[in-house]
Amino acid sequence: MSTAHVLLGLLAGGPRHGYDLKRAHDERLPKAKPIAYGQVYATLGRLERDGFVAPSGQDQESGPERTSYELTDSGRRRLDDWLAEVETPAPYVTSTVFNKVVVALMTADADRARGYLAAQRTAHMTRLRELTAAKTAPGASVGDVVAADYAIGHLDADLRWLQTTMTRVAELQKEVTS
Amino acid sequence: MTDPLLSGVGITKSYGPTSALRGVDIEIAEGELVAVTGPSGCGKSTLLHCLAGIVRADEGTVTYRDQDIGLWSEAARSRLRRDDFGVLFQFGQMVPELTAAENVALPLLLAGSGRQEARKTAIGWLDRFGVADLADQRPVAMSGGQQQRCAVARAMVTEPRVVFADEPTGALDRLAGEQVLTELVRAVREQGTAVVLVTHDASISAYADREITLLDGVVDPSGLGVAP
Repeated sequence: MSTAHVLLGLLAGGPRHGYDLKRAHDERLPKAKPIAYGQVYATLGRLERDGFVAPSGQDQESGPERTSYELTDSGRRRLDDWLAEVETPAPYVTSTVFNKVVVALMTADADRARGYLAAQRTAHMTRLRELTAAKTAPGASVGDVVAADYAIGHLDADLRWLQTTMTRVAELQKEVTS
Repeated sequence: MTDPLLSGVGITKSYGPTSALRGVDIEIAEGELVAVTGPSGCGKSTLLHCLAGIVRADEGTVTYRDQDIGLWSEAARSRLRRDDFGVLFQFGQMVPELTAAENVALPLLLAGSGRQEARKTAIGWLDRFGVADLADQRPVAMSGGQQQRCAVARAMVTEPRVVFADEPTGALDRLAGEQVLTELVRAVREQGTAVVLVTHDASISAYADREITLLDGVVDPSGLGVAP
């Protein structure tokens, strides 16, 4: 569960309260989805239950009272372990896309699968264009470029797969329906 | 909607018995970046050559600023290419005997600029693409990426209305290609230059505002560029 570990990482520099964590999360991971306050507090709750973070004090600077959290020793070890773990190199988006192609062939026909592949390609291209525009915009930060590149690399791989699969739909259909 | 800056209607072109384009329509607005994509041999480079007035279409019309350039003489089309168009190919195609500054100044000299002024402008463009320090180097002393930056500077030096780029990063590694394209895109956005970008690569096509995909000489509306 990556969000929890990102929060542990943000707490590694010193105690923070939930609002501050949300702000730092959204600022540091610009291409990630903004995190909801509810998710920050729910995640902090689980991290506290598991002993990875602990309340470190109350902060009441010109606003409502906020609880600050700090990393525990166990939390710091968890963060180190997570950083050392290699992720399973499994494709993720394409698996859903792949399932749809096969189901389309099972339940409909090759045209349905081709229509879906073409529509999916258009959606992927639109996103690729947005990300490329973000990284080429004047004043894009290195963080923007690096984050966009990560998503671009994955979308590009999916696009190649969509294209080659288009040429194999007829053959695949024979296999799926045999 | 305003008239497009450049358009092709029903462009058809054959080389001997080989049909390269069969009735392609395309429109490019002022300042717009349009990618032309598709697999090898789909006709994308031929389309670029027809739009740039380098070759004449067998059928169909190419219109630039409301004028049918197919009706123009070779000399008039040559002037158009020199004054209003910039071209950029896969390999920089720099003149090996000339320095970077001389290469970039060349289109200005051909258009009648004075030598001093042309050099000054050329160095300004080299600077914009981060290679001003190479102004007095010959291409052989430069990396592929540096040569391509010079080629981009040369394509932009006359402040053209349209740049035609045929696989402009095809000979570069990925990072160098991205840097060259990013700089090209920033420069054309600032100048309001339109671009026709020929590429077979989706991640390069994504630098454009939109794309048209060709398959066997016709536009493929699915965008996939593969035969079912």
